Amino acid sequence: MNTTTHTTPVKKRLTSDAMSASLAREGQRVTAAPLGHALVELAQRDDRVVGLSADLAKYTDLHILRDAMPDRFYQVGMAEQALLGMAAGLAMEGFVPFASTYSVFATRRAYDFLCLDIAEANLNVNMVCALPGLTTGYGPSHQATEDVAILRGMPNLTIVDPCDAVDIEQAVPQLAAHDGPTYTRILRGKVPRVLDEYDYTFELGKAKMIRDGAEVLLISTGLMTERALEAAKALAADKVDVAVLHVPTLKPLDESTILREIAQDRLVLTCENHTIIGGLFDAVAHAAIRDGVFRRITPIGLPDEFLDAGALPTLNDRYGVSTTKIVEKVKSLLSPGHTDRVD
Amino acid sequence: MPSTTEGVVVDAERLQRLKEAAYRIRTNALVQGEVQGQGYIGQALDIADVLAVLYTDQLRLRPEDPEWEDRDRCLLSIGHYAIALYAALAEAKFFPLEELETYATDDSRLPMSAMASYTPGVEISGGSLGHGLTIANGVALGLKRKANPAFVYNILSDGELNEGSTWEAAAVAAHHRLDNLIAIVDFNDQQADGKSSQMLGMDPVEAKFASFGWIARRVDGNDIATVLTTLEDLRTVDAAQPRVLIADTKLGKGVDFLENREKLHFMTVAPEEWTMAHDRLKESSQS
Repeated sequence: MNTTTHTTPVKKRLTSDAMSASLAREGQRVTAAPLGHALVELAQRDDRVVGLSADLAKYTDLHILRDAMPDRFYQVGMAEQALLGMAAGLAMEGFVPFASTYSVFATRRAYDFLCLDIAEANLNVNMVCALPGLTTGYGPSHQATEDVAILRGMPNLTIVDPCDAVDIEQAVPQLAAHDGPTYTRILRGKVPRVLDEYDYTFELGKAKMIRDGAEVLLISTGLMTERALEAAKALAADKVDVAVLHVPTLKPLDESTILREIAQDRLVLTCENHTIIGGLFDAVAHAAIRDGVFRRITPIGLPDEFLDAGALPTLNDRYGVSTTKIVEKVKSLLSPGHTDRVD
Repeated sequence: MPSTTEGVVVDAERLQRLKEAAYRIRTNALVQGEVQGQGYIGQALDIADVLAVLYTDQLRLRPEDPEWEDRDRCLLSIGHYAIALYAALAEAKFFPLEELETYATDDSRLPMSAMASYTPGVEISGGSLGHGLTIANGVALGLKRKANPAFVYNILSDGELNEGSTWEAAAVAAHHRLDNLIAIVDFNDQQADGKSSQMLGMDPVEAKFASFGWIARRVDGNDIATVLTTLEDLRTVDAAQPRVLIADTKLGKGVDFLENREKLHFMTVAPEEWTMAHDRLKESSQS
């Protein structure tokens, strides 16, 4: 009998992170719970501000407000329809509710309440929703890969996809000041600080040029702006000059800024943490076509698929939304052998 | 002579005034139904007694100032009952009676399904059922935050109890001890596809609400004296709980040939029948 055993070295596989895990990389500059702290600061100077959650305060950073100002927070339990209806009622009485749950539940599960009770009535209700796009490895039950596509057709609604803690901190008071409903794709836990390295301030409804570049234009939103900036730095080392236009407000879209930037003769790509259907790419293409700008625009975003479960670094690479994949995509488009075709 | 209901004395003059208001609300509904040629006339006739008690007695309102901060808020979930609500709002002088003749016509302030942005006195846009009670919770909490003693009423239907969100809201209201909230269920045993009890039976409704932590009462919703005393009782009972009145009502109430017609969600009335309906309503109100 052959008793020889072969020991193959087992490569340790990456594992899915727990829901409470942070998106930040080790060593990165971060701020803990920027939404929660910004809300406390706002609530301290504005009596109208209240927080609500549907059993996810701890996972959307609203627990910061709950613990600091318990009389300004309402728990409705795991009942998203009741959450949004209650937020509407509070807004009708003159309060400014920030209602939190996961993006999948606010959009897929409670759409009718968001649409009719909040948007149709044009109430100042602010939905602050976690786990946008691919920010969890739990699979389609928790990955809101199509939330923007679901919501873009809703009249009156402002949609915000912040890049980092700076965007979130600066957005919160502007969301409250905006006289109408908003939906924000929140990043929670230890959230990277990225945009304070640049001459940048968040302005609701505005796209901002974060860095200029002559050859390539990356129009990006949400956490993809961080990766677009990293890709731009990596490409600069290869003597490729890349501009990054950050579009944190997806609706209403800052069409004039986008069209002005597209008009320059550069390779144009969009970068979004969302399916390439119905999000930033579609919105930019829509604006360009309506304005008579006929330019190839290449989307970087999630595919039209239900995504796999797994570790985020694995999935980001698999679906082409990691920094490395952005760099590869730009290089391939710039390569002499590249032909103009739809990928 | 005072009338007594369950031992509670109702002043005869007050009762007579309410009966006359209910008659006029039914008449107002018929006026709108005739303009439209059809509509939710069956429901308007069944809920007229409840609306008379609310809009001419129980609700604190200022018709000349529909957004008066201290008003009671009455949220109509069931948007298709607009015809009934407009009839009551006209009776309460929120707008002139003549405006009822514009019901569901282009550019009218009185659309077929009730919407807050169109009509003075309409608090929410109903129609997508299962929403009203969730909104009422927020309004009730908001009033408490402001220490405003006003009450929130939410009128819903038995069919609407099919919607799970209604029960989410029922649990939330009890958890938050919303004792300034009174729900009213119009139980006419009719929904779009047929008898409610045959679509998705919700009975025992009173026990369901009670098990959710509500104070629940079930009465004949076409007995004005009982509706009045029960709503008064629900408003004044000292308990940190939300309250619900389940009102059993009769579709087409007050117009005998409509009461006896095949029960339909969207009742048809022939053009020549409207005059007869007015006559029969008058007869029944005098009997």
